[in-house]
Amino acid sequence: MIRHTIGRLTATLFIAVVLAFFTLPMLWLASAPFDDTPAITTSIPDFTLRNFAAILDNPYALGSIRNSLIQGGGAAALVVVLAALAAYALSRVRVPGRDALLYLLLLMSSVVTGTAAMVPIFELATRLDLIDTHLGVILVVSGGLLPAAIFILKDFMDETPTSYEESARVFGATPLQILRHIVVPLVRPGLATIAVWAMASVWGGFLFQFILLRDPAKAPGSVILYTLYTEGGAPKLDLISTFSLLYSLPVVAMYLFVSHRYGFRFHGGIKA
Amino acid sequence: MARPTSPADAAGLGKGRAVAFVLPAVTLIAVFLIFPALWTIYLGLTDYRLTGLAAANPRIVGADNYAGALTDPRFQYSLWLTIAYVGGSAIIGQAGLGFALAWILRTRAGPVRRAVEGVVLLSWILPGTVVGFLWYALLDRDDGTLNALLNTPGFAWLLDHPLLSIIVFNVWRGTAFSMMLYGAALENVPPSHLETARLAGASVPRQLRDVVLPRIRRHILTNLLLISMWTFNDFTPFVLTGGGPEGRSEILPVYVYRVALRDGQLGVGAAISFLILLINLIVALAYLRLLRGRSRYRDTAAAGGTPA
Amino acid sequence: MRLPTRHPWRRPVRHRGPAVTAAIAVLALTSCGSGGNTPQDGITLTIAANSIEGGKNAETAQWIKQWVIPEFEKTHPDVTVQFQPSGVDDEQYKTKIALDLKSRTGADVIDADGIWVGEFAQAGYLKPLTEIGGAAVEQWEGWARIPQAVQGLGIFDGKKYGLPQGTDGRVLFYNKTLFRKAGLPDNWQPTSWQAIIDAGTKLKAAGVPTPIQLNAGTAMGEATTMQGVLPLLAGAGAEIYAGGKWTGDSQAMKDVLGLYRQIYGGSGLGDPKLQQEAKGRDKSFAQFADGKIGILAESDYFWRAVVEPRTGVAPMRDRNEAVGYARIPARQPGAGIRGQDYVSMSGGAVRVLNPFSKNPKLAWDLLAFMHSPEATKSQLAGQARISARSDVNDQVLTVDPMLKYVADEVLPITAYRPGLAVYPQVSTALQEATAAVVSGKSPAEAAAAYRGKLEGLVGGAANIAG
Repeated sequence: MIRHTIGRLTATLFIAVVLAFFTLPMLWLASAPFDDTPAITTSIPDFTLRNFAAILDNPYALGSIRNSLIQGGGAAALVVVLAALAAYALSRVRVPGRDALLYLLLLMSSVVTGTAAMVPIFELATRLDLIDTHLGVILVVSGGLLPAAIFILKDFMDETPTSYEESARVFGATPLQILRHIVVPLVRPGLATIAVWAMASVWGGFLFQFILLRDPAKAPGSVILYTLYTEGGAPKLDLISTFSLLYSLPVVAMYLFVSHRYGFRFHGGIKA
Repeated sequence: MARPTSPADAAGLGKGRAVAFVLPAVTLIAVFLIFPALWTIYLGLTDYRLTGLAAANPRIVGADNYAGALTDPRFQYSLWLTIAYVGGSAIIGQAGLGFALAWILRTRAGPVRRAVEGVVLLSWILPGTVVGFLWYALLDRDDGTLNALLNTPGFAWLLDHPLLSIIVFNVWRGTAFSMMLYGAALENVPPSHLETARLAGASVPRQLRDVVLPRIRRHILTNLLLISMWTFNDFTPFVLTGGGPEGRSEILPVYVYRVALRDGQLGVGAAISFLILLINLIVALAYLRLLRGRSRYRDTAAAGGTPA
Repeated sequence: MRLPTRHPWRRPVRHRGPAVTAAIAVLALTSCGSGGNTPQDGITLTIAANSIEGGKNAETAQWIKQWVIPEFEKTHPDVTVQFQPSGVDDEQYKTKIALDLKSRTGADVIDADGIWVGEFAQAGYLKPLTEIGGAAVEQWEGWARIPQAVQGLGIFDGKKYGLPQGTDGRVLFYNKTLFRKAGLPDNWQPTSWQAIIDAGTKLKAAGVPTPIQLNAGTAMGEATTMQGVLPLLAGAGAEIYAGGKWTGDSQAMKDVLGLYRQIYGGSGLGDPKLQQEAKGRDKSFAQFADGKIGILAESDYFWRAVVEPRTGVAPMRDRNEAVGYARIPARQPGAGIRGQDYVSMSGGAVRVLNPFSKNPKLAWDLLAFMHSPEATKSQLAGQARISARSDVNDQVLTVDPMLKYVADEVLPITAYRPGLAVYPQVSTALQEATAAVVSGKSPAEAAAAYRGKLEGLVGGAANIAG
């Protein structure tokens, strides 16, 4: 009993420390945007909404969040749909060496998402006439995200029992119907998680978005955030903090929506 | 291990439909991943630069870029930093804290669990550009929130402990993934088995070793593979320290950025990217060996050691 | 095995619908945008610059949109001019325009740093202006108005590749309030390095936390090279690249690193930590404005954009009274390059023509128009700044004594960096050498390590002097 109480107390203390550790860095985001003279320090702000008015004056700020939604949402949708199809087939049909192959693709994705792949990616996009299009950004970032998405989703699909699929097949369902009506509902929280993960990855990305786009009216928030500096490279903290907050809200909202509606965790709760 | 395997083709896909399911992803991957990746690897064999004479007429230099990188003390230093960074922040930090959270939260429900999961996940999904500012505001020497809280004015976290700073930062940033994955994995452990072990007087570490570990080994592998690779390629610490002071937090992705973008040496940058790929491959093989080797031992131990 | 509570296939389908629909919608929507926005008839010219409304260099963006484009279109009714703003780090902007030019696309008139001209020309990304714009280039009225040294910003291998937009000069800024406290004169002009050290020692004695800020280390980046190593090197009588050779671990280089040691090697004259911080330069600005730094080497940018009383990054209300400026002295009188007593370094932006432009002659017209006296005056729009044109400077700079000082006293003695592709790496090696000294290595060790690196960069000892 005593051991249990001590254990319980330790666990509670641990949770309190973890909560503090994870909350502390976010305080700045909650205070600086409302501060009349924001600095690096987190402090009780001299409350003002002037910074919000200032960021709304920026001709690209709001549009950039819309662009982030198009590019992040487009990539998330594309990644989830393609990865789910591929992961299902790879999970159910035995292909020799598929795990090794999948891992190889995963490794290659690490090359392509790095700085060094800049020229090949740019030339490719130029040849395919994808420069300065949302589609170009979506396709390029999706290429980098797909292997990890397939890798994780295949793990989910491996976990789901196949008995339902077999019985559905007996009742004459087609494979696509089986995927839609049986497998997808089972792994839905996993799909939702992958969607948010993909969107969050695209949301913060800068380099490829910057070199692939020309018209600032198509630039996502991550690129516009980098323009809020002075000629000499000093950050304009009032604009940056305020824009950071606005720009983070859609991802947070998407997470809240998804976790409320679909659940936000891996696997579908099928226990073996 | 009591998890369903995939007996050949339960849904009756057949080869043809299976190919049709995989094809869209494969096409996209072939065009936007394999093709540029191979091109990058090829560039690693040239002296290609973004500007200057070598941009107009790049020459094949064979393994020179690799030899140059491997003998560059700055690369070697960067490699050690990266290994410490991955080991400290991903393998020990994220996986350890993620598992601890999953283990503790597994028996809890309600607002506390939601709050903890909420903040941990929030740190994971906030844009990388934004979190750099958040941590800079936390750790700054003159005006940082941490120094104000600890009453240690002027303590230069980012200058005196740059590696530790980015390790702690990355634990904050990436623990969510491990927490979710282990949370799901622990659902595979039947509570009755744990209860039996507990009643038999097994301590928590012993329960973990004998009951939990054998059932989540595959998840550990998946988790370690992914978080190691992601951490190996993580560029976000650049926002925090810029690789400094004097290269003491210049992990490999930052090194590549400096070489390829700042110095314009795209050939060398490409070669180092490929080296990072090879290192990741070695790490993956090590994980496989470690977890496979252990699995046989633990399986027998678990089968014989604990009442089921 | 536990069964799920519900039969999964009874669940409504609606959940899966939106994702697929969204994917298709997004793909359809975004592919429409790929056609570009070129008008059907008429000619389009595009201007690219590293400036953006509401962000970095917003004034330039506004000038292009609100003045250049409408005024040029007035005289060229069949031409549409578009603006392609960027507003990011210079390195990233450089990467973007290099990629554009490499794939033979991009804007017709491009904003670039003068230091990039050489490496871009070597790569075949740029061509001499006369090859693109034709005979009209040589006949341009502006050449007579741009001093030869400033024209040098756009010249590589003796050929003109770009029109300079303006230039700057480096001086020592000092805080007169602190100087008075230390018993130093209001009208300070050191004549040797020792005089700077002496002033620093007096400031230290008077309780100034950081007497001297001389940029050092890699975190400051090019600011270390431009505001630190290169002007000091010029003051020790050497240039980083002269007569086809790079300066190695010469006596001049050791003298420069020796001065760094005097400031950062435990004397308390400088703050070594500040040199290592990722945002150290911003902080040094704030500290100067806050009265914590006595002497700071910077370009006139510091005067017009940092401590500028209204819109500066670290504004000082009493700038005009409290901030003094002095020329950077040579090690001792007469020891500088060309036997000078005082030295400086300058840089500046240029505008170049895209050699792959579809309308090269019109692109030149636009470029020349952007550098006409009216355009230059309009760009300055009340804010004083050293433009490339002496006719405009004569009218504009009278309102700002500091900029007039730079134009009259500093530009005649200044020097420029070599525009070669390897320069950024040499610059990094110089920054690393200063970093080594700041963190305690001896100047001789740091110079030797620098030489080793330099040999690797420039292709062996044959290309190194000293």
